[in-house]
Amino acid sequence: MSEILSYLLEGLQILLLLSAAPVFTGWVRTVRCWAQGRTTAGIFQPYRDLMKLFHKDIVLAENASWIFRFTPYLVFGAAVLAGAIIPILSVDLPLSTTADVIALVALFAMSRFFTALAGMDIGTAFGGMGSSREMTIASLAEPAMLMAVFTVSLASKSTSLSQMVQVIGHGQLILRPSLAFALLAFVLITLAETGRVPVDNPVTHLELTMIHEGMVLEYSGRHLALIEWAGMMKLFLFAVLGIASFFPWGIAEAGNLIALPLALLLLIAKLALAGAGLVLIETGLAKMRLFRVPEFLGSAFLFATLGMLSYFMLE
Amino acid sequence: MANLKNIITGLLGTDAVRDAGHYPPTVPSFLVPRERFIEAARGMKKAGARLVAEWATDERKSNRGFGIYTCYSLDSEYIIISCRIPLEDPTFPSLTKKFVPAFRFERQMRSLMGVIPVGHPDPRPWIKHEDWPEDAWPLRKDFDPSRPMPRVKGEYQWIRAEGEGVYEIPVGPVHAGIIEPGHFRFQAVGEDILHLEERLGYVHKGIEKRFEALSWIEGVRLAGRVSGDTTVAHALAYCRALEAMTGSVPPERALWLRALMLERERIANHLGDIGAICNDVAFTFLLYQFSRLREVVLRTNDKLFGHRLMMDRIIPGGVTADLTPEGKEKILREANWIKKEFERLVIIYDENPSLEDRVRDAGVLLPEDARELGVVGFVARASGVGLDCRVQNPFTPYDRIIPKMTVLNCGDVHARAWVRIEEVRESLRIIGEILKGLPQGEISGCLDPPSKEGSGFAVVEGWRGEIVYWLQSGPTGGINRCMIRDPSSVNWIAVEQSIHGNIVPDFPLCNKSFNQSYSGHDL
Repeated sequence: MSEILSYLLEGLQILLLLSAAPVFTGWVRTVRCWAQGRTTAGIFQPYRDLMKLFHKDIVLAENASWIFRFTPYLVFGAAVLAGAIIPILSVDLPLSTTADVIALVALFAMSRFFTALAGMDIGTAFGGMGSSREMTIASLAEPAMLMAVFTVSLASKSTSLSQMVQVIGHGQLILRPSLAFALLAFVLITLAETGRVPVDNPVTHLELTMIHEGMVLEYSGRHLALIEWAGMMKLFLFAVLGIASFFPWGIAEAGNLIALPLALLLLIAKLALAGAGLVLIETGLAKMRLFRVPEFLGSAFLFATLGMLSYFMLE
Repeated sequence: MANLKNIITGLLGTDAVRDAGHYPPTVPSFLVPRERFIEAARGMKKAGARLVAEWATDERKSNRGFGIYTCYSLDSEYIIISCRIPLEDPTFPSLTKKFVPAFRFERQMRSLMGVIPVGHPDPRPWIKHEDWPEDAWPLRKDFDPSRPMPRVKGEYQWIRAEGEGVYEIPVGPVHAGIIEPGHFRFQAVGEDILHLEERLGYVHKGIEKRFEALSWIEGVRLAGRVSGDTTVAHALAYCRALEAMTGSVPPERALWLRALMLERERIANHLGDIGAICNDVAFTFLLYQFSRLREVVLRTNDKLFGHRLMMDRIIPGGVTADLTPEGKEKILREANWIKKEFERLVIIYDENPSLEDRVRDAGVLLPEDARELGVVGFVARASGVGLDCRVQNPFTPYDRIIPKMTVLNCGDVHARAWVRIEEVRESLRIIGEILKGLPQGEISGCLDPPSKEGSGFAVVEGWRGEIVYWLQSGPTGGINRCMIRDPSSVNWIAVEQSIHGNIVPDFPLCNKSFNQSYSGHDL
């Protein structure tokens, strides 16, 4: 019985991911509009954008290989799978035993690898430039990301996400320096990984400055819709991962169905805050020079390392 | 003041013939023999003058062959030096090795008029693209614009860099954003730019040719459409050149209203530009705030003058829109409000370190390069070259309300943004002064037709910089030639030069800080 229930929960969570990711992006855009003193298109605008893209025809470069056509599905699939192993509402996830946090990082790396290949596949200058920049950033972001999650793993004595969330959720509400440092590192990495200001600008039209947008510049129609949707899911997942790893209080325990509605409400509140925090960063900062990104990610790595050291020294 | 004139008369003696049909008399025009054309140029170079413009005319109807004209300027003095060349041997000595701006002027003259600059290092066409037949010279009188042009095969030879890891990035002419078309070819190693080459001409509309089929009065409407964002300044420059030819002076009130429009155009465009520069480094907050201010200015224009950009409000002999006392009040109130809002935004611009990190030291145009390239406008003033026609060649009311010129020396993106900021402040002050002193009276006077075989010259400081118009009447009294030199014609080349040492993703920011007109350049 409880097994069926947990599979149901798993399904529910994926549905939540698919449906809530565009709303979260819509929320971020809405808050950004408010911060800039503009009226907004509403938090459901990303749905309309996706719908529009799904209805449009695909324009495919003549020399596009299977990699170019396959990548949107792979990126989308990887995002859904990642959503299945991160505890969003409940820690009781059957799939979560199949993949731990290292696998999660690898999952994101894989979709990035294929996006970079697709960017180069059609041979345009902007695609290649985007791919080269993305891989430069990835090579710095991934070690920092691993360092940050290892710090949390150390503190919770596990690399399984469910386990990590449970341990931290049961811990006392005190400031642990290791986690504080890891959180700082995580925020910086999130900005880089999800292509936000100050690392990348998701709304730019300037081809020469693009990183992620450069790689996917040639996509159109449903391919673009899948990539955009996956991008929204990635942002949502990073927000959720941060919430689950650093502020898990209120998440539903195994078999505790009554706690679910409360968990959902708490999650919405936390996400709303996270989105607003992201906007604050994005509004107050200009995009940094490309060659400053290594310094930026270097400091993320430093924070993560400090977190790990302080765990050994203080805890 | 009469330095350049003295140099020419001293250097060439009786070989330099003053053209009596050229107006205004303060800008002398000299005809010199072709053999001594280069000598005149050498004299100008030695005196430290800059080449303002170089152009060719087809004067075969007056039995004079082709005319090659150059305009030089030093401080507040302008001088025109020309020579005549026959159809059988349409060659003239190239000035490119002396004056950098001649590089593109002469390529353009060769492409559009079929006159050959001897000694020019670059035979490639400019503006005219290679799918036009080699011998189609649209500015010649025997060119029939109604005839469809056969398409020929041709290839543009780009400057190429070679070596390990060097690659080429073609950008445009169609861009991801909604902007004007232009092609940029980068040679880069990694993210470092080795070389940038521009190619323009995608919005060549044949404006100069079209002028020749219009009447003098109709011409102002076309001049107002050379570059939509500078419609007031272009129309004004045309009118002033025409009024110089006819010797008519518009009523005082019209002159002041023209200055009012010119300053309002400057404010609107500078506001938009400062915001756009911030947007290019993803600081969108300022884009929307500055756009909001710009929109307020444009809406007031619409209300008071009947057009958001004040297009067709300036006509030969005056203006078409008068200002009511209520309109005056409205502008004053608005100016106060803009001033307050503007200063708050400038503080945000000035005190954000992440923004400062991007705009400082990016796209530096050194003062010595700026002088060599002959740039004008805010680009020049941000690179230590103090050029402003409102100060150096004032017309009423600028002879009474003298604008304060802001000259910075660092020549980077920040300098170009900051010159704009200072100019918005100054323009707001000027508007206040204009409204205080605005005289009563008529807003337009009558205009006699210009005499046959004459020419007129005018410069106006548009928001991008010095706009030059040179009009020539033919043997029947109609427009024989209308030469337009938008500031973009000389400033575009500075974009190429300022990009050395920068990285590829910083180019859009540098380019935006120049924000030159494609339409005004391509004509």
